[in-house]
Amino acid sequence: MGGYILTRLLSAIPVLLGITVIVFLIMAMIPGDPATAILGSYATPENVERLNRHLGLDEPLWRQYFIWLGNLLQGDFGRSFALNRPVLDEILDRFSATLILAGTAFVLCSALGILAGVVSAARQYGLADKAITFVVILGISVPSFFLGMMMILLFAVQLRWLPVSGMYSIWGGGDVPDLIRHLTMPALALSVVATGVIARLSRGAMLEVLRQDFIRTARAKGVHERRVIWGHALRAAMVSIIPVLGIQAGFVLSGAVYIEMVFQWPGVGRMLVDAILKRDILLVQGGVVFVAACYVGFNIVVDVAQSVLDPRIRT
Amino acid sequence: MRLFLRLLFRNRLAGFGAVVLGIIVVLALLTPVLPLHPPNATNTANRFLRPFADGHLLGTDHLGRDLLSRLMWGTRLSLAVGFAAALVAGLAGAAIGVMAGYFGGRTDNVTMRGVDMLMAFPYILLALAIVAVLGPGLLNALIAVAVVNIPFFARNIRGVSVGIAHREFIDAARLAGMGHTRIILTEVVPNIVPVVVIAMSTTIGWMILETAGLSFLGLGSQPPQADLGSMLGEARSALITAPHTSIVPGVMILLIVMSVNLLGDGIRDALDPRLRSGALARPMAATRVERVRVPAPSGEGLLRIEALETQFHIGPRTYRAVNKVSLDLKPGECLGLIGESGSGKSVTALSVMGLVASPPGVITGGAVRLEGQDLIGAPYEVLRTLRGRKVAYIFQDPLSTLHPLYRIGDQLIEAIRVHEPVSHSAAHARAVKLLEDVRIPNAPARIRAFPHELSGGMRQRVGIAMALANDPDIIIADEPTTALDVTVQAQILALLDDLRRSRGLAILFITHDFGVVGQLCDRVAVMYGGRIVETGPTADILSAPAHPYTRRLIACVPELGGGRRILAAIPGLPPAVDDLPQGCAFAPRCDKAQDACRMGEIDLQGTARQVRCLFPEGAP
Amino acid sequence: MTLALKTTELAKTFDIGKRLIGPPRAQVRAVHPVSLDVQQGETLGIVGESGCGKSTLARMLVGLLPPTSGRIEIEGRALDRADPAAFGRLIQYVFQDPVSSLNPRKTIRQIMEAPLRQLHGLRGPALDARIAELFDAVNLRPEFLSRYPHEFSGGQAQRIGIARALAASPRILILDEPVSALDVSVQAQVLNLLADLKQRMNLTYLFISHDLAVVEAVSDRIAVLYFGAVVETGPAQKVFAAPRHPYTKLLADSAPVVGRPLGGAQSGELPDPLNPPAGCAFAGRCPRASDLCRREIPVLGAVEGDQFAACHHPIPH
Repeated sequence: MGGYILTRLLSAIPVLLGITVIVFLIMAMIPGDPATAILGSYATPENVERLNRHLGLDEPLWRQYFIWLGNLLQGDFGRSFALNRPVLDEILDRFSATLILAGTAFVLCSALGILAGVVSAARQYGLADKAITFVVILGISVPSFFLGMMMILLFAVQLRWLPVSGMYSIWGGGDVPDLIRHLTMPALALSVVATGVIARLSRGAMLEVLRQDFIRTARAKGVHERRVIWGHALRAAMVSIIPVLGIQAGFVLSGAVYIEMVFQWPGVGRMLVDAILKRDILLVQGGVVFVAACYVGFNIVVDVAQSVLDPRIRT
Repeated sequence: MRLFLRLLFRNRLAGFGAVVLGIIVVLALLTPVLPLHPPNATNTANRFLRPFADGHLLGTDHLGRDLLSRLMWGTRLSLAVGFAAALVAGLAGAAIGVMAGYFGGRTDNVTMRGVDMLMAFPYILLALAIVAVLGPGLLNALIAVAVVNIPFFARNIRGVSVGIAHREFIDAARLAGMGHTRIILTEVVPNIVPVVVIAMSTTIGWMILETAGLSFLGLGSQPPQADLGSMLGEARSALITAPHTSIVPGVMILLIVMSVNLLGDGIRDALDPRLRSGALARPMAATRVERVRVPAPSGEGLLRIEALETQFHIGPRTYRAVNKVSLDLKPGECLGLIGESGSGKSVTALSVMGLVASPPGVITGGAVRLEGQDLIGAPYEVLRTLRGRKVAYIFQDPLSTLHPLYRIGDQLIEAIRVHEPVSHSAAHARAVKLLEDVRIPNAPARIRAFPHELSGGMRQRVGIAMALANDPDIIIADEPTTALDVTVQAQILALLDDLRRSRGLAILFITHDFGVVGQLCDRVAVMYGGRIVETGPTADILSAPAHPYTRRLIACVPELGGGRRILAAIPGLPPAVDDLPQGCAFAPRCDKAQDACRMGEIDLQGTARQVRCLFPEGAP
Repeated sequence: MTLALKTTELAKTFDIGKRLIGPPRAQVRAVHPVSLDVQQGETLGIVGESGCGKSTLARMLVGLLPPTSGRIEIEGRALDRADPAAFGRLIQYVFQDPVSSLNPRKTIRQIMEAPLRQLHGLRGPALDARIAELFDAVNLRPEFLSRYPHEFSGGQAQRIGIARALAASPRILILDEPVSALDVSVQAQVLNLLADLKQRMNLTYLFISHDLAVVEAVSDRIAVLYFGAVVETGPAQKVFAAPRHPYTKLLADSAPVVGRPLGGAQSGELPDPLNPPAGCAFAGRCPRASDLCRREIPVLGAVEGDQFAACHHPIPH
């Protein structure tokens, strides 16, 4: 077990390096000159050149990469020119907000999705199955940002139950109940699509597993049907559900970008979109690398969970 | 193709999706010729007109532009971009996946590492990075969405291609002298086309959402041109004051994506052969029973199967797998049930405890009496408490019949504790004892093993131990040694024989092998086309078979020590049980058949030795 | 009599746990060096249990797997592995699972045409005539040609598989468990058809099976494989009637025969291929094993006349 975790951790190193290479190359392809972008179009050529040398931009590309990588490893992500503060500080501030939003949504969609999928499969072609299938189709078809806007109209504007946007109230807020009130709508809107996808997949995996011979064996032993479904079948189905949870985590993280825009949530997604529109390259670069690295880490957790569940892959 | 369309429209939701999508696509195509306002003509005097205003059916937006016109032009754009992205991603992903899957080895390794690398990004980061390089714009958004989705397609198609590349027909093509290119194009690609179509049809909706999303963020289509996403994005600032400007494009996206998804699901279901045959239906906890009348008890006995009829209802067809089968089993007796595949021997065995998969299986008649109690139609809870406690099963393939994720000890302990409220440690001790009883060496350590860590023979011993867990009266063994090698088979048979004598078990032994029956069973029943054609003491039947089928089947089987020879064969094929002939099912293949054999029912005749034949062997 | 097929020290080792660079984690010898001679017109039966390497051997012989070492000669000439078509014209393969060996998306005619076009360059009427001839030879009706594989029963599909192999006009047919997937009553039909074809077309067969009785019924000579190595060869009527190698005896005694009592169950299983024993692979299960057996791998040698066994203590008769 420990050996497996170690191998999995080691195998993440090339992936992380690959990510930095891809991000670096993509950013290097951005047309235009960062120095000009920073200094504005009225900058003198001398100033531009001085800044270029200062930023190391006159070096060959591969050296620039290693300088940048070396800085990253020391925790130096550079400075955002638009915000005039270290990139890492900005990312850490914003990422915690995203983590609260996406984490809540992920827990919601995993729990609801698997539950709905199992019930749907256990009652195949029954009323519950049809109802769940309909809701699921609706859920995976609605754009999350549109759903968010409609929720604002209904729950914040019409019913006035929940705040329109933001993470905390401007006055008198800041505590956990306040956060939860602000979190409810965006987390729900964010989890809807992933819930649908997970429910569908869980239903399919359960139906697949329920036809297997070992289910017949369990029944032949006299195991109660409830345990056949929630024990034997669900456990085997989890083998194909867990990797999808890993992928869906990426989708939830991605969806957070839209939801943060709609609900003015101060997360990393909104930061990235703003940075792209302002061509704040170091911020984009740092943000992308940071989030991708976290996602890689999360996927290691998923793989380890998978190996705990399935002894066959531990060898 | 006709079949495909019929299957597609049998699914009403898919039909609904097709109709809605069809209307939307036609309207989008006709947009340039429809009498609409110019989409980009601003008129700030008429800002935010509500729907049904004069001349503006859906009202106007913040610049006074006609919403209906913008909606139609936007739909046109969103549809085109979504389809294009799906097509690009699908084709590129499929090409990469086929190559990696077919060639395998290093090609596969390198390609898939690259794909994994791209999938290590939450997709939107990659899309944002691509847009950052290329700059905002609809075409760039399209490229970003397509590129980001390529890895998903590649991985999916690769999985399928690996499976196909290892199929034997690929080897056959290679032996027929075909080169790689030709094999990929003519052997592999035709087999993955349905998968590609399914993958594309189920992701187009997603692609449309994605491009709309990028536009919503202001990174897609740029003003004044607008797709549905950027219409929503522009309307967001006026969400509270003029909600209709948001609702109109939002609902349109929902409609498009939902109809695409419904249609995509329909296409998937219609192309998936397993769904076509209803094989993805979930088997219920007990076989469905539709019995008109219950036959009267015909005698005493431990287990009496009386005129049992089990059928499979698949679409309009009815397969009579078990057709009025009667058997009885006395305590301590071993009864062999022998037949070829499709003869109904396994279905008979599974019907006893209601384990026939249902749907499509239905028990339509007869009774199964265990010590006088009828099990057919018994409440589920009654059946469940008898399963494993009174009647236990041993199945064919011990790898697929044990749960792959539970330790064998836990599976044994569960079998014990389902029927007896003993403590975990007591059950554990009993499980070790059971493993020792079936002669598994080093049982206290092996009890922690997973099924995949054991050999086939050891796994089948675990299967037997599990069947013995509650000291049942009857064991139903469904071809327990068919998947095993001969030397292992001999071990398992000897074990079963020992156990039955030492514990006084009654065994119903299903097999297709006369040699096995001859060594193990006291009595034997021969099945053909869902019916018993002959039954009697094993030695009598093997030495003097009375039914022509039995005689000729025995003659077909080469016996060791016979030397080289021409084998006796039975011409023709076993009957299909959805289309049984009148009279004797064996008549079409029988050299003794007369007209009388092809008319009406033929009864089993005799008492201890029964045969279903008008002209039995050895009769004068 | 001329030699149809000769293998010299043919061996295959598989890598387990391949890495992107560097050596694999472990290696498994699926086939130990095997030297076999098959005479023209002979049927050599190869028998063994699962994991004994019989299918690996067969796939090397037709060029589907490159051997790790050793060579293959057909009618006196070494095979050129660079040209798959050269293999195809000399030696063909009949697969175990008849349905899986036919591409589900092609008609039977398309399946039959491939070897005729690729290996023999037939076109037009000559192609049609040859297909008709082949179909007649395996007793299939010509109207089957326009159908798809799923419309056929196992026995019919196996006839199609045989017809396809014959289309290459090979000298040798490798039959890899050709009747294992078929029902007993159909099995005999196919076996008899194979015997008939062999005589008419002057073919040489390598018949691989796990079913001792079937192998005995169709073979002239039999080779017994255990753990990747040939442990005994000899004439079909002698190998199981008077086995020399203890493993062959165990096989023969295990086969279910009516009237024979169920023997005392010998325990024991195959050794771990990742960790093979030093001496004879069968020593752990063998009642005659001595220290010599556990130390030294026995080589195949003549025991008596035309019976060969790889055993330090062959059974005397």
